[in-house]
Amino acid sequence: MRKSEPGSASRVGERLIGALLFSSGALSIVATVGIVVVLLTESLGFFAEVSPVEFLAGTRWSPDLVPRSFGILPLVNGTLLVAGGAALIALPVGLATAIYLSEFASIRTKRTVKPALEILAGIPTVVYGYFAVTLVTPVLRTLFPGVGVFNAASAAIVVGIMILPMVSSLSEDALSAVPGSLREAAYGVGATRFEVATRIVVPAGLPGIAASFILAISRAIAETIVVTLAAGATPGMTLDLLQSVQTMTAYIVQVSLGDAPSGSIEYRTLFAVGLLLFLITLALNLLSQRMTTRFRESFR
Amino acid sequence: MSPGAPRGGRFDTRLEARRRAGVRFMWLCRLAVAFGVASLVVLLVSLAADGLPALSFEFLTSYPSRFPERAGIRSAILGSAWMLALVAVMSFPLGVGAALYLEEYAPTNRFTTLLKTNIANLASVPSIVYGILGLAVFVRFLALERSLLAGAATLSLLVLPIVNIAAREAIRAVPDSLREAAYALGATRWQAIRHHVLPAAMPGILSGTILGLSRAGGETAPLLIIGALTFIAFDPLSPMDPFTALPIQIFNWTTDPRGEFHALAAGAIVVLLGVLLMMNAAAILIRNRFER
Repeated sequence: MRKSEPGSASRVGERLIGALLFSSGALSIVATVGIVVVLLTESLGFFAEVSPVEFLAGTRWSPDLVPRSFGILPLVNGTLLVAGGAALIALPVGLATAIYLSEFASIRTKRTVKPALEILAGIPTVVYGYFAVTLVTPVLRTLFPGVGVFNAASAAIVVGIMILPMVSSLSEDALSAVPGSLREAAYGVGATRFEVATRIVVPAGLPGIAASFILAISRAIAETIVVTLAAGATPGMTLDLLQSVQTMTAYIVQVSLGDAPSGSIEYRTLFAVGLLLFLITLALNLLSQRMTTRFRESFR
Repeated sequence: MSPGAPRGGRFDTRLEARRRAGVRFMWLCRLAVAFGVASLVVLLVSLAADGLPALSFEFLTSYPSRFPERAGIRSAILGSAWMLALVAVMSFPLGVGAALYLEEYAPTNRFTTLLKTNIANLASVPSIVYGILGLAVFVRFLALERSLLAGAATLSLLVLPIVNIAAREAIRAVPDSLREAAYALGATRWQAIRHHVLPAAMPGILSGTILGLSRAGGETAPLLIIGALTFIAFDPLSPMDPFTALPIQIFNWTTDPRGEFHALAAGAIVVLLGVLLMMNAAAILIRNRFER
């Protein structure tokens, strides 16, 4: 045991420690304010030169080739194409995995499948990028002649695998949170296991499942390395998965690799694109949080 | 909401048909599970096949090079080690301090709620946005250039919410009886925390911190954005030195269009994944060992 003197010195010490702990908590506010201020100030510089209407509605993105053009839709298109393709894989497969783990699987199966998915979730994105470039793209190129070295499909497939564990584990949490009494009531009136899963448990867990879907899509939109390595750097309005596209994130990487000087319009595009990306992901995350809260409350 | 309200018309009265539909559905689900597991197996097997032959003592101890047969990951390993150490030094006290404040000191008011919501939101900010913040604040405004310190500060911001959330969970799990016993013996708030709450919560805090660090060790995008993709053929010796790191080196070698460096990238991935998986295993071990 330490000695303790309840004198004024220790009271000052207590106050000091309280203040220190408070300031480390307040740092999170500083970080948020920092993000917003940095994105806004540099974007304002950008919007002084480019009108927001041209930026948000323009269909040609050519920040360094004269005539310059700053319509972000091609980058948004690239982002949505890859995220959409990834969602097409990850959402159904992830939900089916979650249903299986929550409603059908034996404890033994759960014990092998869940850690495998956790490992998949812990693999760094650059490893997925390598996987896309060295394995998925060559396979696609053998299957479909004419596919380029860079293509949206390879990125979409790999990003889909990357966000799969997120969908399956969050959806499984949602399904497991559905009270057993609902299942038992359904069995009591003669439903089969399949009917209980698809007509009782999934509808009841729907807000939680939707939250996991939204979060996974947000993650796919923010994904940077896989799309930079596999999808390439060709901004365009194509919906063809077999062509090269550029996403918002891949553009940000391209600028920051290119050593654009502070204050130049190229340097500022980085922040304008970053701001839009930040707002999109923030909106999706808030939406997902609201659905989770609603879901929790519905079983209280 | 009325989950599972009866839907007339879709109900098949033949039990056998309903059972068969169930079996078909279960096989579809099994297929989905197999897809996830197979992806992991293919990923790991192809990495091992590509990467293990590249591993050698020379590979681990050589600097990067224009010639694939001479290139190695010495500066990347050292850079990652520096980076993890710096991130640990910055994010551990700040993350745990904020957690102690929120769980032990903070009054229940709107500011505290704001802090908690804010941290939850920071945890889901894309890592590339942290890179943009780091580029504008640490690299340019504070003129830290492309140093280890700038990179570590950026990654610390990214990891802080993770450490904080894990630490808060661990602190919350400490029973109040411990605190009350300390107070009954005349301990001040900090004494109760220092001698009772923190030691009891430490395994959880440590495992959360290690998981946060393993996230930092694999991050590529923020480091690319702050401009760390450079050719480093020397050992970083101080936090102000320019650096490379394993994820950056892997990215660089993967972009090689002729593929001559792909085997090296796979070798570096094997090293990186080995380290990260060991860190994750350590985190799980610590948690299980002390969990009661």
